[in-house]
Amino acid sequence: MNTRASVQPRAGHLFAPNSASRVRRNGAYWLQAWLPKLVLAPSVAAALFFVYGFMLWTFVLSLTNSRMLPSYEFVGFAQYARLLSNDRWLVASTNLVIFGALFIAICLAIGIVLAILLDQRIRHEGAIRTIYLYPMALSFIVTGVAWKWILNPGLGIQQVVRDWGWESFTFDWLVNPDMAVYTLVIAGVWQASGFVMALFLAGLRAVDDSIIKAAQLDGASLPRIYWRVVLPCLRPVLFSAVMILAHIAIKSFDLVVALTGGGPGYASDLPATFMYDFSFSRSQIGMGAASAMMMLAGVLAIIVPYLYSELRSRDRG
Amino acid sequence: MDNVIRVQTPGALLARGGIYAALIFMAVVYLAPLLVMLLTSVKTLEDIRAGNLLSLPREITFQPWLHAWSEACTGIRCEGIGGYVWNSVQIVVPAVVISTAIGALNGYALTKWRFKGQEWVFGMLLFGCFIPFQVILLPMAQTLGWLGLGSTTTGLVLVHVVYGIAFTTLFFRNYYVNVPDELIAAAKLDGAGFFRIFLRILLPVSTPIIVVTVIWQFTQVWNDFLFGVAYSSHETQPVTVALNNVVNSTTGVREYNVDMAAAMIAALPTLLVYVLAGKYFVRGLTAGSVKG
Amino acid sequence: MNYLLKRSVLTAAVVGALTMGQVQANNVEVLHWWTSGGEARAVGVLKDLMEERGHQWRDFAVAGGGGESAMTVLRSRAVAGNPPVAAQIKGPDIQEWGSLGFLGEINTVAKEVGWQALLPEVIIEAMQHDGDYVAVPVNVHRVNWFWANPEVLAAAGVDDMPTTWEAFFEAAEAIKEAGYIPLAHGGQPWQDATVFESMLLGIGGVDFYRQAMVELDQEALASDTMIEVLKNFKRLRDYMDPNAPGREWNAATQMVVNGQAAFQIMGDWAKGELTAAGLTAGEDFLCMGVPGTDHTFTYNVDSLAMFKVSGARAREAQLDLARLSMEPAFQEAFNLAKGSIPARMDLDMSRFDSCAVKSMADFKASADAGTLVPSMAHGMAVSSDAQGAIFDVVTNYFNSRRMTAEEAAERLARAVRAAG
Repeated sequence: MNTRASVQPRAGHLFAPNSASRVRRNGAYWLQAWLPKLVLAPSVAAALFFVYGFMLWTFVLSLTNSRMLPSYEFVGFAQYARLLSNDRWLVASTNLVIFGALFIAICLAIGIVLAILLDQRIRHEGAIRTIYLYPMALSFIVTGVAWKWILNPGLGIQQVVRDWGWESFTFDWLVNPDMAVYTLVIAGVWQASGFVMALFLAGLRAVDDSIIKAAQLDGASLPRIYWRVVLPCLRPVLFSAVMILAHIAIKSFDLVVALTGGGPGYASDLPATFMYDFSFSRSQIGMGAASAMMMLAGVLAIIVPYLYSELRSRDRG
Repeated sequence: MDNVIRVQTPGALLARGGIYAALIFMAVVYLAPLLVMLLTSVKTLEDIRAGNLLSLPREITFQPWLHAWSEACTGIRCEGIGGYVWNSVQIVVPAVVISTAIGALNGYALTKWRFKGQEWVFGMLLFGCFIPFQVILLPMAQTLGWLGLGSTTTGLVLVHVVYGIAFTTLFFRNYYVNVPDELIAAAKLDGAGFFRIFLRILLPVSTPIIVVTVIWQFTQVWNDFLFGVAYSSHETQPVTVALNNVVNSTTGVREYNVDMAAAMIAALPTLLVYVLAGKYFVRGLTAGSVKG
Repeated sequence: MNYLLKRSVLTAAVVGALTMGQVQANNVEVLHWWTSGGEARAVGVLKDLMEERGHQWRDFAVAGGGGESAMTVLRSRAVAGNPPVAAQIKGPDIQEWGSLGFLGEINTVAKEVGWQALLPEVIIEAMQHDGDYVAVPVNVHRVNWFWANPEVLAAAGVDDMPTTWEAFFEAAEAIKEAGYIPLAHGGQPWQDATVFESMLLGIGGVDFYRQAMVELDQEALASDTMIEVLKNFKRLRDYMDPNAPGREWNAATQMVVNGQAAFQIMGDWAKGELTAAGLTAGEDFLCMGVPGTDHTFTYNVDSLAMFKVSGARAREAQLDLARLSMEPAFQEAFNLAKGSIPARMDLDMSRFDSCAVKSMADFKASADAGTLVPSMAHGMAVSSDAQGAIFDVVTNYFNSRRMTAEEAAERLARAVRAAG
């Protein structure tokens, strides 16, 4: 079953010989050379203004003592100093590291395993695939209450298992300050791992069959073939998956609000909720802006080198 | 993979049983939250207070669904969330169409027309994916105010297009990279222009990636709450805002079955898109979007 | 004839267009987060009153997080240059919006109706900015309520409602022994803070409450009294169930309703949940001031602040909104639905239940005795940044297994200083 994409453009005969005059050709040529840039220009302009311009604006605000609304009374880096001495910020940033690392790692692991299992000529593959995928379609505004119930020790899994007769079963992460952040990982993985599975499944389907045949002829076992031959082919998929997962992890906001509200206490706060809380609920836009800049700096430090190395190695390859 | 050698030994059968067991177990896990929501939405309130989460309803009632659709209060208006679904459609359709079209053209320009600094342009657009939306809330509000688009559907569409471009461009770029350059080179020799090549060569083979992009954008825009609440007025609020109003009333009595029914209604369009187009989704990803 | 017909159609169209324009200018957009069924019906009364006067009510409701989402939207609208005509804002936030120059005065209405005579002093102060009325109060919530299920108390052999914290802990021990949860609680920061401030008022007294929670006096925040309050606050954990964190307040109220728990400390909106379950005030559930605070009153006043509008028609609509919000018909309907008491003191309370009647009496008594205090937990006492700082320390201490009361008091003082 080779479902590998074969792109079959119908072209060639569509283009009649060009009879335009030489002058027109030159003008047209010039236009053609510039068209790609012209097409990109609006997007670039939009990005410059709406992404980079707003980042700059946020940076400027982070140097002011803006409270309820933006103001331009500059206080230097005082907001950053306040931020770094804020206990809650430390908790939030630590949580992002824990959450981000676990979320990405577990999603990748589950995604790869499910993709490999699903690639074994499974009956009703379509239905199972849709079941794995659907959480990505729902926002936590929709599923938040259900998740809260499921994880709540008195209502959810713990209670159900105890009702089944296992009296001492305990699953109280949601109400345990030391464990609450891991419940975020559970719900996050539930939402995104099916999508990662789809990415890897697509990647597997695109792997050249002849490589596998050759390996089989060499007498390699199936797990060995996957480990040594197939997985290395999935590196570009890994790249896409990590980019998408990292972006989800950093922006995780609804997840926290719906599940733990940052609690117990502020034990499961993440930078995105911290920023929102300080900017909007607490009228400390200056400090909120500072925390946003710290988040962006974190993104830059992790994403950019990865992006750079991936794009470079691909150019070389 | 077609070439996996299948031997009908007891061991192989056992392994196969294991695979199915694992897959079905995971399917149950993925379905659990939806099941809880569905069960709760057809229970009566007394039933919810009495039973546990997974207990089956003693009697099934569709009253909560009707109530959520046409009676639940989203503020003063107690007309349910039905009407808001249409508001969302009015935002989602133009936003998805425009951002997908721009993404397609961008992806095409970035892959088939070499120019200096191309990778930089791509990287710069891509970085837009990572800006937390909470950061841009106020500057965007100010910008919309300047443009005279505050609290309008047009303004909301603009916001979704601007922040959707990064992803749509990423998808199309990764897809078009795999379309053989020779075809384009040949067409160029024939004197075909920029748009002609796009329309005649690339667009006809783009269906899978268009499906992927549309699904992705549809989900993102439909599920958006933050922009929807901040940049809408009372006539243009999307369904997520209405849902939030039904579910989150702070100092009133909560009807969980109605909450759940409302949530299901708000989620139905995206669910439907995934179920109906899911097949094309994986196919579209297979067709190259994941190969950088 | 034909010409005439055409002409009149044209005229009608022009007139129609003109009136359309007027209706447009006559719109009153009100941002609020009263979205539950009862509340919505109550606001509907105001809407009807407005529409009788020929104004069109454009409802802009945004629920969530005790108005957090609505405030975010309000900021975005203000920045975009099109704030609503009126918005649900309360306490010190009114002053902040006022000093930013967004609010318009409604003095003529206040004078005409005579608000000075109808409203209590503390509310008048809160509704004014720079001596101008800029907001209209719609209700007074009492925050320091103590709700009880008498059946559970009887089953545990607790005869009297505890009026001191010592008595409470004694009763709680008995209730726990009898197999019930003494205190139903939802572990969200604002709920933790609600319990904390009520306890602080009960143990520290009115003066201490004012120093610590209103004036944010550094010495008071780090004082021995504060440490004592914090210690007792932490003791409450022993009398709550372990699943409290993250629970909604109304789920906690349900625990009192169905006899799982004996008490709950919550504002008077909890009454809505209790009566919705078919219980009668004074019989099926009891209400009293939180132990040690029965003679005091922690208030939380909801109000509509008026934003500057342009155009005579819009202005007229705004003034009508201010006038009608104080109408007895609206104040009565609204507060019957909310569980609170009217902001104007001259209303007939005969349609209200016994708890609301007691609330009104307590409000007047404590206003006279000088024991009326603003609620810190509900944004009436201090600015939102100081409030947030207190929330952080209180909720973190309450949930921490390691932090001592001394440490928490010190952190409280430090956090408040940093927020200022």
